[in-house]
Amino acid sequence: MTSEISQPSLKVYEPPLKGLPQIDWHELWTYRELLFFLTWRDVMVRYKQAALGVAWAVIQPLMTMVIFSVIFGKLAMLPSDNLPYPVFSFAALLPWQLFSGALSRAGASLVNNSNLLTKVYFPRLIIPLSAVAAGLVDFGISLFVLLGLMLFYRIPFTWNILTLPLMMLLALLTALAAGLWLSALNVQYRDVQHIIPFLIQAWMYASPVAYSATLIPEGPWRLVYGLNPLVGVIQGFRWALLGTQPPDAMSLVSVIAVLVLLVSGLFYFQHMEETFADVV
Amino acid sequence: MTEPSIRVSHLSKRYRIGVQVTYRTLRGDLVTAARHLIRTPHPPASQGERGTLWALDDVSFEVQKGEVVGIIGRNGAGKSTLLKVLAHITRPTRGRVELRGRVGSLLEVGTGFHNELTGRENIYLNGAILGMRRVEIERKFDEIVAFAEVERFLDTPVKHYSNGMYMRLAFAVAAHLEPEILLVDEVLAVGDAAFQKKCLGKMNQVAGEGRTVLFVSHNMPAVQNLCQRGIVLDLGKLRFDGPSDQAVQAYLATDDLRTGVVDLTNVGGRFGSGEMQLLKFWMEDQAGEPVSLINSGEPCSFAVEYCSVDGIPRRHLSMSIHINTTSGAPVTLVNTDMLNQHFETAAPRGIIRFHVPKLPLTAGMYVVDLNLATHAGHTYADFIKSAAAFEVGPGDYYGTGRPGHASAPVIFDGHWEIAPLVEGKTP
Repeated sequence: MTSEISQPSLKVYEPPLKGLPQIDWHELWTYRELLFFLTWRDVMVRYKQAALGVAWAVIQPLMTMVIFSVIFGKLAMLPSDNLPYPVFSFAALLPWQLFSGALSRAGASLVNNSNLLTKVYFPRLIIPLSAVAAGLVDFGISLFVLLGLMLFYRIPFTWNILTLPLMMLLALLTALAAGLWLSALNVQYRDVQHIIPFLIQAWMYASPVAYSATLIPEGPWRLVYGLNPLVGVIQGFRWALLGTQPPDAMSLVSVIAVLVLLVSGLFYFQHMEETFADVV
Repeated sequence: MTEPSIRVSHLSKRYRIGVQVTYRTLRGDLVTAARHLIRTPHPPASQGERGTLWALDDVSFEVQKGEVVGIIGRNGAGKSTLLKVLAHITRPTRGRVELRGRVGSLLEVGTGFHNELTGRENIYLNGAILGMRRVEIERKFDEIVAFAEVERFLDTPVKHYSNGMYMRLAFAVAAHLEPEILLVDEVLAVGDAAFQKKCLGKMNQVAGEGRTVLFVSHNMPAVQNLCQRGIVLDLGKLRFDGPSDQAVQAYLATDDLRTGVVDLTNVGGRFGSGEMQLLKFWMEDQAGEPVSLINSGEPCSFAVEYCSVDGIPRRHLSMSIHINTTSGAPVTLVNTDMLNQHFETAAPRGIIRFHVPKLPLTAGMYVVDLNLATHAGHTYADFIKSAAAFEVGPGDYYGTGRPGHASAPVIFDGHWEIAPLVEGKTP
């Protein structure tokens, strides 16, 4: 049947070769529908049998925003770049939750799908990719909430908003890069699933979610701080939506850091892929 | 000269077993790494060889396009590993596999099914996982639903499905995959008889369409029926490759079916309270002598020796014997309750016999499950699956010199009659 996934007419399986693993991009492309279905499954399953259903996609960031506003905005009186604290933090929670959700799902994805790994072949990259992509629906819904908040606080929209997809892409690539490493490591070492929640918590405090990046004093530490790609992403979100300071040049360095992590993660994942079915 | 669909040459697959059977821990590896650094002696290399298992050991064969080949062998013989290597799920350790044509593998019924999703949703998801395109699934959707007989429950989450419905739906999706090479692992071992029959019918159809099929099964009649050729694996090695009838014979010859006076004390696979134990099973002839072969139609007895573990006599003892074919299909079940019998009092150690006036089984091997129960059958004391086997020789059941029809296990008693039609006396 020509409509089935096209596979090369001759396939040869041999013991894994030494050296750098190859990534078969063409094969990955032929499995794009599976990527869609696995992503769709993750989204569907998340809200099935929940009485409030997809409303949780709105409630979760809203509740976090309320808590942040009370604790960091009212009690700790953290400066919020002269913006209402709720909208200031919500603009950061949006990319943050996209990132943290993608990272935690991707990190656990291979182990959670071990039944697929041991029973059917497809490019294993599909699994962390779909885990990362599954956060987009929630993100889209909360974006509407944020636009509503902006209307409520009478914050003007600018053309800068068109740069949002770029920042989203950076957040997703960062999650994918870390997720590739963590998911492959998790197959081998289950310790990783205990590390991931701490990692995410620490990463949040290392990102300007609850506070403004301008709080970090100038100097060498500022440079280290800027290496965190989420600093650039969140600054970018606030700049594009709320008109605060644009991300600084350090963001470019963090993009390079992400690319290094991503490429090395791809190779590590591809190298370990041979053993997933035997070890998981 | 066309190239074969499947060419397997000197294929070996090694698994590491023992302590590292599941997964390593970071701490463990760090400790090992630290040891290497400070050069403490590490375990001798020979342990590496002891901790490994060759699931496949130098296996070679070729399968031509359109051939339907059964892979048989005991548990742990390497059948599933072979399919996993062919399905690209795991890599060979040595050797080489060549496949020509699109491959579909069905190593499990319902891979990727999600309980919370509806039947409709699972058809799409499962189809995509098995390698079908969305248009392909859409085109075959009605056919799949009809085969699975789940029309009314399409929008119900599959967690509310009965086991039978679930299995039918899962098989239906997989059965509508149309690869050139199909790898199937033991999917027919699950589900009820009607389901198995339906699946076998579909497999037959697929086999008749000129596809290359590798079929792993414990169901010997199915292998003989579906496959022209059989490959017997034993402990990772290829033992036999030839016509499927001969392959099944070769497999049964290697299988250690226990006949004669069978010592049950060390037989595994048993459950129950354990307050009483079955010790031995054997068949007796008319004279009460233990025998390893009984002919069709002859009087005989099934006998078990039991004991009560604490030496105390028991009351209300009951016994049942399940008789199955070697492929596991039930033939019949006899128990004390059906005859309104149970043993009011039973000595702490004794023999229970079931006397059969005329053995109504055709020639062949049969396997028994034994179940000794207390409290008039309410508590299983000792239940042993596949406890022992006995052999039936061809006999003269009807006293006519003609044996019963050999391809079915059961012989019916009875006689024939013919009469002219009398008006007003038809039913």
